Amino acid sequence: MPDDRELSNTRSSGRLLSDQVPGLAAVDELVVSRQSETLESDDILVRKPLGFLFWFAVGWISLVVILAIIANLLPLPNPDFQNYSAINAPPSVHHILGTDDLGRDLLSRLIFGARVSLIVGFVSVVIGMVVGGTLGLISGYKGGRLDVSLNAGSFVLLAFPAIVAVIAIVAFWGSSLWKITLILGVATIPLLYRVIRASSLSFANRDFVIAARTLGATSSRIVFREILPNVVPVAVTFGLITVAGVIVIEGSLAFLGLSVPLPTPSWGNIISEGSANGNLNTNPYIMLWPVLAMFLLLLSINLIGDRMRQRFDIREGLL
Amino acid sequence: MSRGGSNRGKPALEFPDVGDPTEPLLVVDDLHTSFRTSRGTVQAVDGVSLSVGRGKTLGVVGESGSGKTVLARSIMGLLPANDVIKSGTVHFAGHELTAMDDDHLRQVWGAELSMIFQDPMTALNPVKRIGRQITESLRLHLNVDRKEANATAVELLRSVGIPSPEERVRWYPFQLSGGMRQRVMIAIALACAPRLVMADEPTTGLDVTVQAQILDLLADLQRERHMAVILVTHDLGVVANRADDIVVMYAGRIVEQAPTHTLFNDTHMPYTRALMDSIPRLSDSSGTRLHAIAGRPPDLIHPPKGCRFAPRCPYAQDKCRQIEPPLRTAGSADHLFACWYPLVNGVSTGAPGTDLGAIVRVASAPSADQTTGPGSAGDATGDPAGGSAGDPDREITSP
Repeated sequence: MPDDRELSNTRSSGRLLSDQVPGLAAVDELVVSRQSETLESDDILVRKPLGFLFWFAVGWISLVVILAIIANLLPLPNPDFQNYSAINAPPSVHHILGTDDLGRDLLSRLIFGARVSLIVGFVSVVIGMVVGGTLGLISGYKGGRLDVSLNAGSFVLLAFPAIVAVIAIVAFWGSSLWKITLILGVATIPLLYRVIRASSLSFANRDFVIAARTLGATSSRIVFREILPNVVPVAVTFGLITVAGVIVIEGSLAFLGLSVPLPTPSWGNIISEGSANGNLNTNPYIMLWPVLAMFLLLLSINLIGDRMRQRFDIREGLL
Repeated sequence: MSRGGSNRGKPALEFPDVGDPTEPLLVVDDLHTSFRTSRGTVQAVDGVSLSVGRGKTLGVVGESGSGKTVLARSIMGLLPANDVIKSGTVHFAGHELTAMDDDHLRQVWGAELSMIFQDPMTALNPVKRIGRQITESLRLHLNVDRKEANATAVELLRSVGIPSPEERVRWYPFQLSGGMRQRVMIAIALACAPRLVMADEPTTGLDVTVQAQILDLLADLQRERHMAVILVTHDLGVVANRADDIVVMYAGRIVEQAPTHTLFNDTHMPYTRALMDSIPRLSDSSGTRLHAIAGRPPDLIHPPKGCRFAPRCPYAQDKCRQIEPPLRTAGSADHLFACWYPLVNGVSTGAPGTDLGAIVRVASAPSADQTTGPGSAGDATGDPAGGSAGDPDREITSP
């Protein structure tokens, strides 16, 4: 019973305050501002540091990207130049990473090869994201017949093993850097479509979307101004993971001799050469460097994707 | 200010700025909304007619599942296109909303008719600065440039009582507390100075002290801007001091409709009485059990035969379980109720030995102009007796 009395006392005093104090607005303002101050400081506190691994990953990706871009300006021998006086040379001052069985400088081939991997990886995901992502956004928001048919289409495409399809197309159409990029870009469309659609669908009936409608926003405005910003975290995270996947697929194609034609170096091509002609026994460096570079690149991309997801989750967690 | 001139060369709607003051702003006539589900058709709103005068407040009260939110969304035209069956008309300032295509509706939404949502936690876009969210509708409807829109946004935030608004416009929703977010929601809804604001349980997600502040704020802004407000709530206490007229809904239908003062002082419908009784009172001694209405709202797929409240009504008679009572008047024309044995002075006329005919003058049949109800009647006659008589029932304390 004393509990009850206490309860009713506090309740009635609360009521008295809100009903009878005329200058309530001032009190309210105080309360409001104090609440918001704590919230603001909390917001700063909850941000976890990104950590050494994240910055290592960023550093590695930046290094690879920058070297690939400025490859022509670096004091490197031509990646196709065959130096017959230094065949299968181990790492040395002249050839920092050594040479392959044709006497080509491995560092130079590695750096020029990065161009192919990066272009194929990122550009094809951009293609997939622009097409698949846009379709996914619209399909998730609009629903109805459009959604049903696009969804069914994506299932059909996903059910078909992508690598087989890509190999078949490359075999018929031929392989150049841009063809490979386009084909792999198209291959990522159904996957990215599904991920973005799922995310868009989860926002399509949120109150803030309905609120935007009640303010007179058109469908395209809702899709691109209200839903898109919410989908971006998922798109970035999943896009990065897809980049890693595409780089692997390009490597596999190269290994099968279906990627960029030789002698243009790509990491996949170099790995392929490193395993051919018994090179793995005589000169494992040929294969070691591109495998190591690709391993670190994929690890870095996945790590950054993961950290970004965590970072974006904090915002969700606060809501 | 050019109104409704929402760009893209669409034919602008003409909204007379003054209009006919004797005409109600919003007239809802025989609105039905039902949803197709796998179990059957849910009659969520079943023949609702009401009207709201310019600058007036209409309270829509009912417990969860009584169809009030669906009613609000039906009036706005916000329901999904699939699996929804709608009929009836909604006229807003002389235009039939129910006949408008999306392009026209978009010119009305936000500019003339806007909505405040129940949950301020989800009704703001989490990844956009609140300033942006306010300026978007300004720029869309009023064709103002970015600078002017930003200045207006700051002013709006100031007017809804947010301290240091110049700074806050750059904040994200997660940086604000629940009460602050609801203030921002109100600022967004009022940005283009709409004529009617639909407030769908605007304070349900907030704690009690903040509730009163938000409602008072809304009332102040309403007075300043001469807006009409439809206040949807499950809490009679919320509308007691604030609404001009009250509509009580049960199972998708209006069961009682009257000016606030009349409703509280001369309740006819046992359901309304039950709702009032379930408000806890300060004068009750501690340890008093809270009143609850026994049972639960009926299944709207198979509503009960006869009066829908009969299974829970303490005064229900055989007739109640057989024949559905029409919405009718007794005494004053603006007091409608749907009950065979209405309460008079708190006593059921259905008690044995009471002569029903002597107490209630039954209107011949509920016709359309009766059901358009208190708003139109109130406007036409200046003000009904109860409308401005102030102090509707002091016993009912606001939250």
